[in-house]
Amino acid sequence: MRHTSAGQSRSNYGALCGLLLGALALLVVAPAVLSDFRLSLLGRFVCYAIVAVGIGLAWGRGGMLTLGQGVFFGLGGYVMAFHLKLADAGPSGVPDFMLLYGSGHLPFWWEPFRSPVVTLLGVILIPSLVAFGLGIAIFRRRVRGAYFAILSQALAAAFTILLIGQQVTLGGFNGLNGFRSFFGFNLYDPVNKRMLFYIAAVILLITLAVVWQLYRSRYGELLIAVRDQEERVRFLGYDPANIKLVAYVLAAAMAGIAGALFVPIVGIISPANVGVVPSIAFLIGVAIGGRATLFGPVLGAIAVAWAQTALSESFPSFWSYFQGALFVLVIAFLPAGLSSVSLLRGSWQRRQRFGTRAGRMAAPQADAAPSLPSESGLSGISAGSETGQ
Amino acid sequence: MQALYSQLVAGISLGSILLLAALGLALTFGQMGVINMAHGEFIMAGSYTAFVIQKVIADAGISLLLAIPLGFLVGGLMGVLLEATLIRRMYHRPLDTLLVTWGVSLILQQAARDIFGAPNVDVRAPSWLSGGIDVGITHVPAARLFILMLAAAAVAGLSLVLKTMPLGRRIRGVVQNRDLAETVGISTRNTDRLTFFIGSGLAGIAGVALTLLGSTGPTLGTSYIVDAFLVVVVGGIGQIKGAVIAAFGLGLLQATFEYSTTASIAKVMVFVVIVVFLQIRPQGIFSVRTRSLA
Repeated sequence: MRHTSAGQSRSNYGALCGLLLGALALLVVAPAVLSDFRLSLLGRFVCYAIVAVGIGLAWGRGGMLTLGQGVFFGLGGYVMAFHLKLADAGPSGVPDFMLLYGSGHLPFWWEPFRSPVVTLLGVILIPSLVAFGLGIAIFRRRVRGAYFAILSQALAAAFTILLIGQQVTLGGFNGLNGFRSFFGFNLYDPVNKRMLFYIAAVILLITLAVVWQLYRSRYGELLIAVRDQEERVRFLGYDPANIKLVAYVLAAAMAGIAGALFVPIVGIISPANVGVVPSIAFLIGVAIGGRATLFGPVLGAIAVAWAQTALSESFPSFWSYFQGALFVLVIAFLPAGLSSVSLLRGSWQRRQRFGTRAGRMAAPQADAAPSLPSESGLSGISAGSETGQ
Repeated sequence: MQALYSQLVAGISLGSILLLAALGLALTFGQMGVINMAHGEFIMAGSYTAFVIQKVIADAGISLLLAIPLGFLVGGLMGVLLEATLIRRMYHRPLDTLLVTWGVSLILQQAARDIFGAPNVDVRAPSWLSGGIDVGITHVPAARLFILMLAAAAVAGLSLVLKTMPLGRRIRGVVQNRDLAETVGISTRNTDRLTFFIGSGLAGIAGVALTLLGSTGPTLGTSYIVDAFLVVVVGGIGQIKGAVIAAFGLGLLQATFEYSTTASIAKVMVFVVIVVFLQIRPQGIFSVRTRSLA
């Protein structure tokens, strides 16, 4: 599956340029031209963009339609919120809402998050471990396609119900909010808010760089192969479950980090940020930008979040129609997204040559791609098994 | 003993609600492989149909009996419209259908909000459903018994159609082998559309039934859609009896866990049980035996 061609080196050059452009835009231009309020808004969008990079990896490249990224976003966010709440409460103190609603006793599982190190590790490790456990259970038993999507959505539903039910220990429906400081930095100080934006932007660039290298690697090729022809990859001697697991866990870790950044930037984490609806809303930006591209998910996520802010301020009911229409139009008629015509075009054409089949995401373009007779025969068989799944 | 009994009754009641919500999905998702996220909004449409009918006909009893066939019709027609405009183009992309129909469900929810207002509306239950019946030592509200009977009738009706009627034979033929069915002269397009009509119509009936239990709001569908899909996943594809067993199984499980913990913890435990169950039977309780891979 490994191949170096003019197309690949061109797309690598493009990716590097894109990263540098992104760094320029986020780290130099945006802070210079945007007001503190707008910059903090962009910081929130950057958090969504980090989730989107993970979804692009799991869904765009790995074919796993994950409708539960909000869970990992929430796990990261709540872990960070635990720490901020405890830090605000002072040493051996109890967060304010617990005194308000409950007995004022700190549950034992809050205790570890007093430590900043445990918190930072937890932000990454807890979502990863949950994704690992669930992924092993699901992928090993070859539960996939629609079944995987439904299970991931059920996870989001169960998670929200759990959060709402825990008024005393997790803040219930209102979630956790009212944070005053972030690792010792006052959150009301505009300078510190700017610093948070820089941190988020740098983390987004790092995730992009990691995913870019992953896409270039042998693993990246295998992931696409699993997406397009899982059985064939199995027959070649690889274990598709492991390949999918890596992408799923990485996507979960990214969502967790994004959630942890979201908490100090936005100042709240509640079930409304992590449930079924926000989880699936993460997907639309990825789809618009081009789910299998490197930069598409980021641009799409930021554009959609920006559109939501702009539109729902002035026409709240119009936004729902608009979002619904976006899902319908983009997914049904533009499955490759808008960025299939931009930066990473080279990689798209390359992938089509290497057998992205009709019936998958590249359906409209697949007509142009020549396919071997034997391949269409095999696709027929597996298409049958897919609808069976 | 008393507690056990009331848990049993609660579980069966919950199961019958799940079954009504999931039966249409068992047909469209289980048999056709189409993931219709707007199914929940068809349920909502059924509820609002009952509401509108009661606005026109004040008598609660007549309006309920009228709402059941009309709810079926409204749900079914919405389903056919969705099938003809969008789903038909996407039969080969099941995962994308999920997202497209999610978009449709967002639009329908907002439409309901604009037409009927964001606050919940109530449908009065007829007087003959306001009482209850004593079963053994425990008391069963008549409305819940009515829903159980409605679910039983829906299952019986659907099985009858699938088993005995020419339409049912065509549906089974298309499900088992689409190409061969086409070859022997069955119009798969019309069959798909009719299957979708029946499946979505059942969602409408479920919506009418739900008005007996609580108030109706624009987000009614979202609260049932995930559970309904889980019922179909656990039940296995292509089998109505799978959906029946899964619905009552999950209902009883939820009621049992709720008894020993809280409702929210019970929900999470049911999810864990489902994941563990899929370790043992990834294809659900029943599955059509095929020779295809996986």
